[in-house]
Amino acid sequence: MESTKADIVAALQKQILSLQGFKTSARNKRLDDLLRPIKNAFPNAVFPLAAMHEFISSCPEDTAATSGFISALVSALMQEKGTAVWINAAGKIFPPALQSFGIAAERIIFINLKKEKQILWVMEEALKCKRLAAVIAELPELDFTASRRLQLAVEQSQVPGFILRCQPKSINTTACVSRWQIKSLSSELADGMPGLGFPRWNIDLLKIRNGKPGSWQVEFAAGRFRHINKFPAIEIAQQKQAV
Amino acid sequence: MAKRFVTIWFRYLRTDWFARRQPSLKDQAFVLATPEHGRMIISAANKLAEQQGIFTGMAVADARALAPALEVLDDQPGLSKKLLTAIAEWCIRFTPVAAVDLPDGLILDATGCAHLWGGEKKYLAEIYLRLKEFGYQVRLSVADTIGAAWAVVRFGTGSTIIENAAQKNALLFLPAQALRIDPLVSERLEKLGLNKIGDFIDLPRKSLRRRFGQELLLRISQALGETEEWLLPVQPIVAYQERLPCIEPIMTAKGIEIALERLLDALCKRLEKEGKGLRSLVFKGYRSDGKTVDISIGTNRPSSNRLHLFKLLAEKIDKLEPAPGIELFSLDALKVEDAIAAQENIWETEGGINDQQVAELLDRIGSKFGAEHIHRYQPAAHYWPERSFTLAPDLSATAATTWKQGRPRPVKMLLRPEAIEVTAPIPDYPPMLFRYKGQIHKIKKADGPERIEQEWWLQDGEHRDYYSVEDEAGCRYWLFRAGHYEPSGNTQWFLHGFFA
Repeated sequence: MESTKADIVAALQKQILSLQGFKTSARNKRLDDLLRPIKNAFPNAVFPLAAMHEFISSCPEDTAATSGFISALVSALMQEKGTAVWINAAGKIFPPALQSFGIAAERIIFINLKKEKQILWVMEEALKCKRLAAVIAELPELDFTASRRLQLAVEQSQVPGFILRCQPKSINTTACVSRWQIKSLSSELADGMPGLGFPRWNIDLLKIRNGKPGSWQVEFAAGRFRHINKFPAIEIAQQKQAV
Repeated sequence: MAKRFVTIWFRYLRTDWFARRQPSLKDQAFVLATPEHGRMIISAANKLAEQQGIFTGMAVADARALAPALEVLDDQPGLSKKLLTAIAEWCIRFTPVAAVDLPDGLILDATGCAHLWGGEKKYLAEIYLRLKEFGYQVRLSVADTIGAAWAVVRFGTGSTIIENAAQKNALLFLPAQALRIDPLVSERLEKLGLNKIGDFIDLPRKSLRRRFGQELLLRISQALGETEEWLLPVQPIVAYQERLPCIEPIMTAKGIEIALERLLDALCKRLEKEGKGLRSLVFKGYRSDGKTVDISIGTNRPSSNRLHLFKLLAEKIDKLEPAPGIELFSLDALKVEDAIAAQENIWETEGGINDQQVAELLDRIGSKFGAEHIHRYQPAAHYWPERSFTLAPDLSATAATTWKQGRPRPVKMLLRPEAIEVTAPIPDYPPMLFRYKGQIHKIKKADGPERIEQEWWLQDGEHRDYYSVEDEAGCRYWLFRAGHYEPSGNTQWFLHGFFA
């Protein structure tokens, strides 16, 4: 009896989520693989695609880490032949570096504009175009009205939008579904070898609608995130349990 | 369809122009003169001067004897050509093909144009009136051939509208020089008593050629329409052009929109039928004050989608200044390419960079803010970081090389390397710490150096030794030393980028 009640509640929750725009129909295997370590934070354990995501960074170093994180996401979204629009990054993003995140830079269209109004116009128009894999904009300030417009456009087209806010004046309320903060962590090579290892990030999911915010330390290697192994034995035990 | 040609004869082209510029000259006898062999010779005389017996070719001194109050102005060389070209360009509102006929005329190809003004009579009347408003005294004629129209306008006395296939009758009573022949030939004809064209037009062609040369035969057959005569239009004819003359000048944005919609409909229908798409489009408005205004757009891929093209142009309609009103709209597709028939997808998929919808999105952005804001990068065959990528010329371009892999490259790059102060222990070792923007970063881990040499055939300067370093906080940087380590301490270090 207990279990059936829980099942009914879970089913109802899923229904409500799908009504709210969190569709789980189009599963993207690469994205699922990439985000496996943090998937439990998302509603239905699926990264919300039809949503605006907001990233906050407070210094150039964090912006680089955030750009890397977004690149990893976009790479999974673009898959083999998709294309994405990246607004206001030309001259900041170094195209050859995108290769290390699995993106062929020639498939990204960079649009460079100065005025906030123009950026928002382009972002909204791009979000309405269903053939894009993702739209990314670097924009420090985003007010509630603008973010709601963008969110509405996203819900129509199901094209995820990413806003990268570098050193915003204030962290105000927006209609974005999630808010992230990515910071660099010290990298480590196996067996204490000298030199730089794979990038490690501290991912703070500050806010997520219908999900559970959280904080994770992950390493990005070979196209996927991995929990940092502080205690390898425990993880091995966990893996065994999962199997 | 029979061709119809309008010839315009400017009886007093240059004097009319001078009178237009100086209204005081209007009621005065005046002539234009040019120096010739040390004398001033009259090169043009206005109507009042001609009435006093002054004609072109007279010496100014002789003319002064006839009319002491005669005003003499300096003629400008090349003026006729300049004026006629300008007027011919203005005449494009009446027909797409307008040609200059030096020294004093214009020829318009009016085939299929006159009905838009309600018949040839009204068409000629409109041109006449408009030119009269500018101050030009003209005579106009319309006929099936250029030769006939040319003859009638200069030598004819009766009606100047020559009906279809009636050019022979119209020519019969005109003098021989109406055929545009060498004056020597026409003189010889007159000497033989062949004063009118009708006297010799039916003579055997063989004997005409023997006595008067090939030119006469050519001119006769051109005037009769047996041989085609070619025009050199002042503006090249655009292969894909649509025109819309308006009865009343259009002044409102809504009116312009309606005109644009109609033109686009016609143009796109034609493009679709021929399997073509346009890459660049100019929408022109010919204003009633003689000026033209235009807006233009370009597209990334050949398009014949009228909705999309309308959207692009509609953004710019407010830049068209109608001022006193636009009386003719034209839509010229300057660049037309074969459109690869886009395969319609039953389900929506991500189409990649070559997708029509993506191209249309970029067209919209480009036409609103300028295409220079849209960039796409391609790998370039250079190791020097600043040159390792180039702008792609267009959406469908593919690069000759691939992105290099295996070398660490920072995701965020500074536009220009910024100088930093470092403490480096020994040559070719990564620095122990560096100061950037007043903040000291202690380096915990480092990789390198990766030496990148200058491409001496492109640029002079030092090579760079790049180090990827990580500070205490885990932030990763890309630093380089310009040139070799120098014991004197003058080594320059720079920060070039941030790793993710």
